[in-house]
Amino acid sequence: MKKQLKIALIGNPNTGKTSVFNELTGLSQKVGNYPGITVEKKEGICKLNRTTKAHIIDLPGTYSLNASSMDENLVIEILLNKNDKDYPDIAVIITDIENLKRNLLLFTQIKDLSIPSLLVINMSDRMIKKGISIDIPLLEKKLKTKIALISIREKVGIDYLKELLLDYRALSKESCLDISEIDPNYFSNLRKTFPGQSIYKLWLVITQDVNFANVHREKVKDTTSYKTQTESNLKRLQQKETVKRYQFINHSLKETYTIDINKATDYRSRLDRILIHKVWGYVIFSIILMTIFQVIFDWSSYPMDFIDNSFSNLSEWIKFNFPSGLFTKLLSEGILPGLGGIVIFIPQIAFLFLFISVLEETGYMSRVVFLMDRGLRKFGMSGKSVIPLISGTACAIPAVMSTRNIENWKERLITILVTPFTTCSARLPVYLILISLVIPDKRFLGMSYQGLTLMAFYLLGFAMALASAAVLNKILKTKYKSFFVVEMPNYKIPLIKNVMLTVFEKTKTFVVEAGQVILAISILLWVLASFGPGKEFKNAEIIVSNKYESLLLEDSDLQEKIASYRLEHSFIGILGKSIEPVITPLGYDWKIGIALISSFAAREVFVGTLATIYSVGSDKEETIKKRMSGEVKPSGEPQFNLASGLSLMFFYAFAMQCMSTLAVVKKETNSWKWPILQLFFMTLIAYIVALVVYQTLK
Amino acid sequence: MFSLDKLKKNQLAKIEEIETDHLPLKLIEMGCLPGNNVELIHIAPFDDPLYFIIDDCHVAIRKKTASKIKISLI
Repeated sequence: MKKQLKIALIGNPNTGKTSVFNELTGLSQKVGNYPGITVEKKEGICKLNRTTKAHIIDLPGTYSLNASSMDENLVIEILLNKNDKDYPDIAVIITDIENLKRNLLLFTQIKDLSIPSLLVINMSDRMIKKGISIDIPLLEKKLKTKIALISIREKVGIDYLKELLLDYRALSKESCLDISEIDPNYFSNLRKTFPGQSIYKLWLVITQDVNFANVHREKVKDTTSYKTQTESNLKRLQQKETVKRYQFINHSLKETYTIDINKATDYRSRLDRILIHKVWGYVIFSIILMTIFQVIFDWSSYPMDFIDNSFSNLSEWIKFNFPSGLFTKLLSEGILPGLGGIVIFIPQIAFLFLFISVLEETGYMSRVVFLMDRGLRKFGMSGKSVIPLISGTACAIPAVMSTRNIENWKERLITILVTPFTTCSARLPVYLILISLVIPDKRFLGMSYQGLTLMAFYLLGFAMALASAAVLNKILKTKYKSFFVVEMPNYKIPLIKNVMLTVFEKTKTFVVEAGQVILAISILLWVLASFGPGKEFKNAEIIVSNKYESLLLEDSDLQEKIASYRLEHSFIGILGKSIEPVITPLGYDWKIGIALISSFAAREVFVGTLATIYSVGSDKEETIKKRMSGEVKPSGEPQFNLASGLSLMFFYAFAMQCMSTLAVVKKETNSWKWPILQLFFMTLIAYIVALVVYQTLK
Repeated sequence: MFSLDKLKKNQLAKIEEIETDHLPLKLIEMGCLPGNNVELIHIAPFDDPLYFIIDDCHVAIRKKTASKIKISLI
């Protein structure tokens, strides 16, 4: 008979828990969300032997069962609720051989829940280097469990771990600590009030409210009426509990675990001395950042060109080979370009997350957090905001998601709100074409004006993010205390499997999250651009043919003129014209207005829309550029000059033109309030700045 | 006895008292408990945060948090 065991992987951050999960499940894993909240849910299947498969769930990393963040809280909810569908048959606690003592704290807590618990001691490959010796059989006895000593890096002990999992019924459910020891009076009262319940579980439920406000959870039993202790007393009891647990752990490790300090050659302190040096630390970080950006743009240009060409070729092919009709048009002009608009960003996003995950895996990211905390705190953010701010240069969607490990709600919210100001890759095509149009192709001290302008806009994005964070920091009030505790893990060589899976996951998230919205809006825009209300739209062909009859245009030119005329009288053209009075002070005409409306879905459609409006058949950049530079206002001056070009670039720098980001912000903040405010204020700022720029330079 | 934020670089001290109400439990669970040793090994630029080894655990905390921990030199 086939039977599926439910196994939960639990452990402190930085213990290699995810590596164990990756090793056990490989590509069978899937990442989703827990219902109702945005905590990532990772699960997968592992074949333990020929007949038994195990369903493995990788719970978020946590230091203990006393949660201080959304991720951690989830672990307790699952473990406290026997009816939860993720409630495990076996709890596997992953620990790191170098930090065994601290990692065992969580183990003793899990064990006290009387779930069959198995201890995994990971990174055994570091034992010799660090001079660690460990007496496994004796430790098993002391901790009343089975232990698998493994090394994912060297693939040692994994089969033994599987054997132990199969034999889970042999695991003792005996607890490590009698919780009532910490305050016999209080706990005997508790036992009387709630007879028949595990008092440790009750204790966790009671203290959860102290540690983490605003959680909705399945109540084990209503304990709100049970208030015999003040909050600070409860915290003191928790401290007492922690001390007791450490006493138990120290006692268990005393005869079983030794470190020969002389052997522990410490390259950590040597690397730290350079990497967080007050001068060199920043220099190295800047060099790393610049290298990353350089490499991202260089490397991803090849796959991006390839994707671009493939999609336009496919569209063309469909146009010619499918029976002509509305559906073919929708496919080739609406859906495919929409899909292409998503796929084209995959290379940049994948490369960026490749670097970020390498930096995280090596342990360097914690040093960056340490270096940047003081500076970012002035702006109401945390050192941990560095990662979202950097990720934002690829795409705001995964960046907003990566704010989850910021414990303090205010710091996290500010980071979420300002991240969309960083220059994401969708702004790049807009900047590139406008820069090449309005910035002279000259050099200053060997540097091109165009390149400098692009760099200035990147810096502008960061500057604006910081400035608005400073403002938000003054406005937002919070009742939560700000804590900052960052573990500085040992430096490690990253495991390729982990890095690759992270890249895969993040890219997938982007495709799914952004994809839905961009695709939906592309279709909507196509409809708006392909239909129109009046006679002009319907009879475009006749009107335009008559108009140019005498000119003897080539057929293709005529077709382009017709398309352009149609667009002008379509729904979106009418929309563009109706917003013209609002955007004229910024130096834009109704054609740019159409592009602005359509790029509300995603900024990068700007160029493509202009191509259609200016009736350029191909979307070759050179052709569009020529056409754009030839565009004149009724007064005879060029439409795209320094004033209107820069005004447009500033508008794109600040405006919130990304539906997908708004959707993600809604999910992450769990309210419509923040994305709406974000949309309103960012667009307002963009409008004002663009206005000032145009009116000054005009 | 003085507070942990006054500790000098590379000095070793023993934790005497902690203000439980003003410390994140996470820090206590990492081993920041009376009786354990603490050493300041790095100070971030602009003097904050501070990077300690608390009972074998490498951890960075802000100065304000450190001021809630009382220590004495060994």
